[in-house]
Amino acid sequence: MTSDNTNPIIFVRGINKTYSGGFQALKNINLDIKRGEIFALLGPNGAGKTTLISIICGIVNATSGTITADGHDTVRDYRAARASIGLVPQELHTDAFESVWATVKFSRGLFGKAPNAAYLEKVLRDLSLWDKRNQKIKDLSGGMKRRVLIAKALAHEPTILFLDEPSAGVDVELRHDMWRMVRELRAQGTTIILTTHYIEEAEEMADRIGVIDKGELIVVEDKARLMRKLGKKQLTLVLRKPMTSLPAGLNAWPLTLSDNGHTLIYSFDSQKEESGIAELLRTLSEHGIDFKDLRSTESSLEDIFVSLVHKPTETQE
Amino acid sequence: MNIYGIRAIYRFEMARTFRTIWESIAAPVLTTSLYFIVFGKAIGSRMGDIDSVSYGAFIIPGLVMLSLLNESISNASFGIYMPKWAGTIYELLSAPVSWAEALLGYVGAAATKSVMLGLLILGTARLFVPYEIAHPWWMIAFLLLTAVTFSLFGFIIGLWADSFQKLQVIPMLVVTPLTFLGGAFYSINMLPPLWQKITLFNPVVYLISGFRWSFYGIADVNVATSIGMTFGFLIICLTFVWWVFKTGYKIRN
Repeated sequence: MTSDNTNPIIFVRGINKTYSGGFQALKNINLDIKRGEIFALLGPNGAGKTTLISIICGIVNATSGTITADGHDTVRDYRAARASIGLVPQELHTDAFESVWATVKFSRGLFGKAPNAAYLEKVLRDLSLWDKRNQKIKDLSGGMKRRVLIAKALAHEPTILFLDEPSAGVDVELRHDMWRMVRELRAQGTTIILTTHYIEEAEEMADRIGVIDKGELIVVEDKARLMRKLGKKQLTLVLRKPMTSLPAGLNAWPLTLSDNGHTLIYSFDSQKEESGIAELLRTLSEHGIDFKDLRSTESSLEDIFVSLVHKPTETQE
Repeated sequence: MNIYGIRAIYRFEMARTFRTIWESIAAPVLTTSLYFIVFGKAIGSRMGDIDSVSYGAFIIPGLVMLSLLNESISNASFGIYMPKWAGTIYELLSAPVSWAEALLGYVGAAATKSVMLGLLILGTARLFVPYEIAHPWWMIAFLLLTAVTFSLFGFIIGLWADSFQKLQVIPMLVVTPLTFLGGAFYSINMLPPLWQKITLFNPVVYLISGFRWSFYGIADVNVATSIGMTFGFLIICLTFVWWVFKTGYKIRN
């Protein structure tokens, strides 16, 4: 089962979590993560992303439900399940007085792996940490500490890597370095699950997207399909003469006037084969409406995310 | 069994000791030396022998126990509380490490440090007072058993505490008074009859009495009872830690 590439690497079934104070953080979560994919879990603050990750990794107990990681039940067979998972936490939790080398060595041992200096050297070199291996973690910058956490998570050669808000507080350069590293890991067969506030990050990297809100998984979808399905395109026409209202002959078209009547916006479904633009332009000409400029735009993942979170749809896989 | 995991935790904890060698070893040795100077030399010279043992020598087992209990609790509670406080406990909780393995690492390291310290204090005492050890193997056994038991107790305090104040409260308000009243500086036979009975409710009495017996062959309570009481406390602590890890109390919820 563990080597079967067609089976999901993580099964989440019926996971509920109610904290001791009564707050229900997760409601009946069902999710499959495919082997070798990059899966982005999006959601506003407090949506339940970190709780879900923490339950899969064994940090928090679920109230009910079951999870298997790489074919192993995360409770009954926790050793094998946890050995397959690496976690980069959201907060910069580090042992400040330890050296970089000592802390990655500790992580490898903790996860039950025999010492392997050559492998750890490779991990540190890949993350540009090799020159800092003897430095104490407290003397490193925030970005470097983030790299140390990634090195710790990779120290035991996991097949599944969780990155909880990996870009929080890091500069653009490190973010791009991290994206490169994530792609390389995926190329080597590692499954990557990331949570992020930077929708751009998910748009750039993820194969599939999950959106979680108020403890419920409201969408799980292939990224390209999600953007096609829920994305909208718009044609914006800058008019030569402003209009106060649309002529009756245009009522059938999904048009809106904006910018004090100087701009006409046509929204259309990006999934349809025919956009209707050619016919619209002919109709406008027939009504004597002239324009001096036009441009088309497409919804970003961020637009889709905002529309989902503020108005949950029934789109479920 | 995750041997590498146990080794990683043990080495991490021992490295912390050697990084803070001054606080971990030197300070308790200095404090104990002061006890010997004050009670052993200055006041002790005016005290009569107790059961044919000079007062300076009589207090040695009690002083070693005093440090052993405090250091075992402090080392183990700090060892598990720090990752909780710093947030690095996420790594332990997400690692393929069982509760027994975590205990072997954390409690093993804390007990090692305490035993090292106990032996160091015994060595320091030799500079002030001459003494003999009648049953050296029993002395080592009591030292180990007490260090492990109270390191376990410290581990529980570290799991329970959610502030540095709480970390200190039980050692300061419970353990230190019990140790002082447990016969570290006197034989319970010197107490009025009623207090001799009341003091038997103090578990530290059994530890100090048994430990003192291994030195001088004299005991306030039966040696077998001392060993039995220490084992009993060890089992209670083990059961509690097992329950904590099983239910996730305070750490996984």
